Amino acid sequence: MQSALDQVLEKARQAGASRVHAIRLRIGALSGVVPDALQFAFEALADGTPAQGAQLLIEDVPARFWCAGCNHEFAATRMFAECPDCHRPSAELRAGREMELTSLEVD
Amino acid sequence: MCQDCGCGLPGENPVGISAHHHDHDHGHGHSHGHDHHHDHEHPHSHTHSHGDAGHTHSHEDAAGQHRVLEVRQAILEKNDRLAERNRGFFHARSLLVLNVLSSPGSGKTTFIRETVRSLGKRLKTGVIVGDLATDNDAQRLRESGAPVVQITTGTVCHLEAEMVASALKRLDLKGLDLLIIENVGNLVCPASYDLGEDLRVVLLSVTEGEDKPLKYPPMFQSAGVAVVSKMDLAAACDYNREAALANLRRLAPKAQVFETSAKTGKGMDAWCEFLIQQHQAIKSRDPLST
Repeated sequence: MQSALDQVLEKARQAGASRVHAIRLRIGALSGVVPDALQFAFEALADGTPAQGAQLLIEDVPARFWCAGCNHEFAATRMFAECPDCHRPSAELRAGREMELTSLEVD
Repeated sequence: MCQDCGCGLPGENPVGISAHHHDHDHGHGHSHGHDHHHDHEHPHSHTHSHGDAGHTHSHEDAAGQHRVLEVRQAILEKNDRLAERNRGFFHARSLLVLNVLSSPGSGKTTFIRETVRSLGKRLKTGVIVGDLATDNDAQRLRESGAPVVQITTGTVCHLEAEMVASALKRLDLKGLDLLIIENVGNLVCPASYDLGEDLRVVLLSVTEGEDKPLKYPPMFQSAGVAVVSKMDLAAACDYNREAALANLRRLAPKAQVFETSAKTGKGMDAWCEFLIQQHQAIKSRDPLST
């Protein structure tokens, strides 16, 4: 979270903003990030910075894999990387590890 | 602070790196952004949150008067960049690098110590070990004869690329073939931090239950090698081998699986042969092509 907050504060500073009101993030299901923990960490860290009190808006990105045998992408169910058609496991993760700072609302 | 669990709260112990016994050099371990900026902005935001307009004010603003800044940047970009730098550094030295991960108590330290012993002169090995506190693991690892550097992370629950880069300055890499990095015992946050390793090795001990991979999908998903450790205890804890291997196949499909007992030495030969092959592959790689 510290690295996310550093990025937020730097972007805000570059844009000449004095307050950050909202922070939009995209977080993948397989990123290892727990949104509640993120919220907690954010509040602890943002205290006393221009991002204090900003809203965290988190977009969840579900895990998606590619099945080479069936030539299609599928959504992981309960995080299993198993093709729903041929039931073979896939090692090719197409989405779900994202941790992205999308945009900020500032003034 | 870690973006996953909120470990490493500001103002707590800094990261320390020690290469020797009783060497408590907490020197210039990286600050990990623990500085809190109590600059001129503080009084302003203070007034704001306690002021009469506090909440209403920000809601009015939310009605569309804020500027939107598009960013689209990966959050761990800095760590990823530093990890790539480590990777280039390792490649230039034809060093095979492992990042060894597991929950606390899965037997990482013993496994690494016995790996170093079994490899003997076939691969010259150095070890970097991370723990929140103490250099007990470094002392145990030194029994293998390998050079060891301990990183104490203070309150941080994982190693980061920058900590590894600092620790490298304390390790004589001349003549080393293999660098084993023992991460902090934790199956959650370390999954997100690339250290620049060639291979991610995740341990699962038979005492932990066959369903451990199902409980920590991101970690197992990222594994290049899965090691089932403490096989000597399999019977004592009714270890269900079929179920464990099936779970690993489902969650870590790209991982090569080794079943080992560091205590009896079972499976250690196959594992060491694998490491020697991996090192050969790295050595024969054209340095200009990477």
